Amino acid sequence: MLNIIPSPTMTTTADFIQVQGLCKSFEGQVLYDDFDLTLPQGQIISIFGPNGCGKSTLINLMSGLIPMDRGQITIAGKPLRRSRIGYVFQNYRETLFPWISALDNIAYPLRVQGVPPKERQRRVEQLLARFDIKLDLRRYPYQFSGGQQQLIAILRAVVAEPDVLFLDEPFSALDFEMTLYIREKLQEVHMESHLTTIVVSHDLEDAVYLADSILLLSKRPTRLVQQVSFALARPRTPETIVDPEFVRVKSQCLEIFREEMRR
Amino acid sequence: MSRKASPKAGGKKVFLRQLDKLLPLIGVIVLLSLWEFSATSGWISEVLLPNPIATISELWTIAFRPEDSLFADFITTLARTLQAFAIAALLGVPLGIMLGSYERLYRSVEFLIDFFRSTPASALIPMFILFLGITDWNTVVIPAFAAFLAIIFNSAYGVMNARQSRILAAKVMGANQWDIFKDVLFWESLPQIFIGLRTGISIALVMVIVAEMFIGTDRGLGYRIIQMQQILNVKDMYASILVTGVLGYCLNMLFRWIEKRTVHWSGR
Repeated sequence: MLNIIPSPTMTTTADFIQVQGLCKSFEGQVLYDDFDLTLPQGQIISIFGPNGCGKSTLINLMSGLIPMDRGQITIAGKPLRRSRIGYVFQNYRETLFPWISALDNIAYPLRVQGVPPKERQRRVEQLLARFDIKLDLRRYPYQFSGGQQQLIAILRAVVAEPDVLFLDEPFSALDFEMTLYIREKLQEVHMESHLTTIVVSHDLEDAVYLADSILLLSKRPTRLVQQVSFALARPRTPETIVDPEFVRVKSQCLEIFREEMRR
Repeated sequence: MSRKASPKAGGKKVFLRQLDKLLPLIGVIVLLSLWEFSATSGWISEVLLPNPIATISELWTIAFRPEDSLFADFITTLARTLQAFAIAALLGVPLGIMLGSYERLYRSVEFLIDFFRSTPASALIPMFILFLGITDWNTVVIPAFAAFLAIIFNSAYGVMNARQSRILAAKVMGANQWDIFKDVLFWESLPQIFIGLRTGISIALVMVIVAEMFIGTDRGLGYRIIQMQQILNVKDMYASILVTGVLGYCLNMLFRWIEKRTVHWSGR
């Protein structure tokens, strides 16, 4: 084999995720018809669009959670079933495993991949140290606050070093304070790991705040209306939301969104 | 007593709340008084209902006497109930989980299970006697059968009604079918399985007592109750009934305790 040296050059970083000719219908309703999308490596990409346009469906298809009717998706040049996915669900309460400790929850992806216990423990400890997590994780998930549970869910999603991290409305079940906290932690995770991250959001401010680019989707059948980039340097802070560039990008997105709703 | 912001009012409230813990005793005291009153006032003949003190002192005398002790019958009934329950659980839980995992399989036997679950198990006693003869076996097999139905039904439903969200989460983390079963599906269905087990042990005790009353055995609380009624030794009969009640109550409490510890996440 030629690729002795582990190199990311199998695909260029610009077309890290490729979606080609994606088709998906639900009960006769066409959601995606011949949908194409190319996304670069190492960025945070937000998906924003009107209700029911299939934002969550798109990442569910891209992560292999639901089957597509037709089409092809590759991540890092590999077909979907061979790529490693991290996924954070909207509802942490219904996706963490309450019968095992938070620590065992975080280590679970390593366990199903057959990583031996000692190595598992080492990698989890390393992860916790990296992100400066000081919670007593021997407790059960339901013994933590909502934000802490979502944080546990995020740690579980990144522990196995996935190719892509998907987040489905990660803030929607959180109060404002917790949203700020999780946003901060997500930024930390990203600045540390440069993990390709795709976030679905129904809140425009959340969508823009962390993103390198924002995908604006249309009503059904869903098209990509525009991909708006937001190049402000990280770390972004609570002051970011009054930064002129942030305001400009946000209103540009809003304008495109309004335009789309009028059609 | 703990000190609160306003010690006087707080203290009084705490004290009243402590008193509230004694509320369950009220019912017991009312029942005992009624019993005492009806026995001593001659309202009900002492031949039918001895007073509570006489009953309890009788209970004390017969409990551990060398011959024909109440304790021996208690142990017999407890052992039969536990045996019946163990058989029912060992067969019912795995079979129920299997049926629940293959919904088409469950649908094909659903009617049978529902039918026998709705048939009072006591109606089947004559049939069991035909097959097993009048033997001690009946006192275990009939209760085991009745408990088995409750357990298999609840286990199957626990698996079938497991929420999909955690299964999906495990799938996306790369879990295979077996991982999903042992790490998610089993645990998801455990609360419902426990409902089955708790129902199962209650049914098992009921059926052990019934079987002991009517099917050729010469030991056990059910046998003792009916025997003492026949010879009009009512003090012994009431003492045995009391002990049967205590047994049922303790089994129920024990199972609730186990359930709370095992399914610690339930309702959270």
